[in-house]
Parts: sequence; C-alpha cells; structure tokens
Amino acid sequence: MKISFLKIISISLVVFSIIVFFLALNIDKRYNTEKIVGNNVDNFEIVFLNSVEIFTKQDLTNDKYHLINIWASWCLPCKKEHPILMKLKKENNLKIVGINFKDKKLNANNFLRELGNPYDFSLSDKDGTKSILFGVYGVPESILINKKHKIVTKFIGPLNIKDYEDILQLLNEK
Amino acid sequence: MKNKFLIIFFCLFFQELSADEINNLESKIFKNLRCIVCQGQSIAESNSDFAQTIKIVVRDKIDQGDNEKEIYEFLAEKYGEWIIYKPKFNYINSLLWFSPYIVLVFGGLLIFKYLKRRKQ
Repeated sequence: MKISFLKIISISLVVFSIIVFFLALNIDKRYNTEKIVGNNVDNFEIVFLNSVEIFTKQDLTNDKYHLINIWASWCLPCKKEHPILMKLKKENNLKIVGINFKDKKLNANNFLRELGNPYDFSLSDKDGTKSILFGVYGVPESILINKKHKIVTKFIGPLNIKDYEDILQLLNEK
Repeated sequence: MKNKFLIIFFCLFFQELSADEINNLESKIFKNLRCIVCQGQSIAESNSDFAQTIKIVVRDKIDQGDNEKEIYEFLAEKYGEWIIYKPKFNYINSLLWFSPYIVLVFGGLLIFKYLKRRKQ
C-alpha cells in the first residue's frame, strides 16, 4: 500500500498541533509558591514600624525559626488570622516578624493595641516594594523560615487552625 | 562663546536622549510583565495595587543599574515564569519557539505538493 507524501505531512501536522495544544493547556497558570519555597531568603533591609532603625537578614538568628507575616490594619482577613498569630507567639522555637504593608503607622499601632501584638519585630513596608522580595502580592501572607534561613513554606491568605498545626509540626521537626 | 553653547546644547541633548532610553526600557518591561492579580492585563495597563508596586520595583532596579534580563530573572524567581509574557528560550519552551517555523515549513511543503499534483 502506498501512502502519499501529502497524507504523511497532513497527519504529522495534525498530530504535532494536538501535542502542542495538549502541552500548553496542561500548564498550571495559577500563582503558586513553588518557586520561592526551598530558596534562601534574599538580603533585605526593612525599617522598623516605630523607629528609624533597620532590620536586616543578619538580624534573623540561627537558633530559631522565623515566621514573616505580612499584614495591614485595613485588611479584614488579617484580623481573622490574628488569634492564630497570638497562639504562635507562645512558641519558644519561633520568632514572628510582622511586616506592616502599605499602611498608616497610627492605624497599625491601634490595630496591635486593640488585638494584641504577636510580633517580636514590627517592621514597615510603606510602598510594598520590600514585600516583593518574599513574592508577596497581597495581604495577609506568611513565610516560615528555618534556622538556616531557608524558606520552608509559604501561606497565602489568612492562617487557619490547620496552618497552625502544620507550623507546630515543622517547628518540632529535628 | 559659540563653542560653549554647542557643548551645553549637546549635554542637554544627550541627557534628554538617555532619559528617553530609560523611559522606553521601563515601558518595554512593563508591557512584558503580566499582572498576576488582574484579568489579562499587563503591568503597563493595570492600575492595581500589585502593578503599582511592581512598577516602583522595576524603576528602582533600573536606577540600580540592573538590565532587562536581570529584572525578569528577579521577578521570575519570586513569582514564577508566568509573570513574564515572552517565554524564555530554554529546553521546555523550545517547542513553543520552533512550532510556528515547523508549521510554516511543513505547511509550505504541503501546499507546494498539492499545487504540483493539481498541475500534473
């Protein structure tokens, strides 16, 4: 049986197009934290919320985990996750770094006075540019960093009870 | 006196030129970045909070002397390759880059063969 050259090319083109479409449609286009988890934290310099001093990567100690929490007083989900942060404050193996995102200092301080201050370090990112270093695109977001300053996990949205348990489990890992 | 005027003129002219170059680079980068919190908009088109922040970061990076490639690499490291419209040329994306040429060559051959057969 003789198969014409024309038919071979036509079939190859159809098969090729199907493969390209199949591969392209299977790409996950949602934002995920895959890229950032496992990386070392970049060097950063962020000003404290209530002073002109600067907090840098060198201020992250090597003996504890750090949870970087990006929050704002105008953000309702931040209020929702606040009790979880207050619970995490009690953990000896963890220090919480709060980055106040695009907020007014007065409102931020009122928020902490009203609901309690879970942060060991309160920092301020007035224009949101410092948070880009942590791959942030909204609030609240939290990043857990291990003792070697590697990003262990990232939470998008408010922390819930399951996230709390996951964090405790990670803190207790040897 | 005439020379002094010429020097001042050229200084101002080149200063203007370099400012234009920076603006062009800025808008080129903004157009090639996807606003990941918007529906089908680039950073250049979007007025969202996220887009405004990315614009500031890109401007800061240009001021620090980073080139276009370094800026894309920085943002792709934080948000994934999805943030860049123009896909990088690598092993995984090679099919994407070459497929139009492959289709063009094979399509051309197909038309050529078809026309030749009709003539016969």
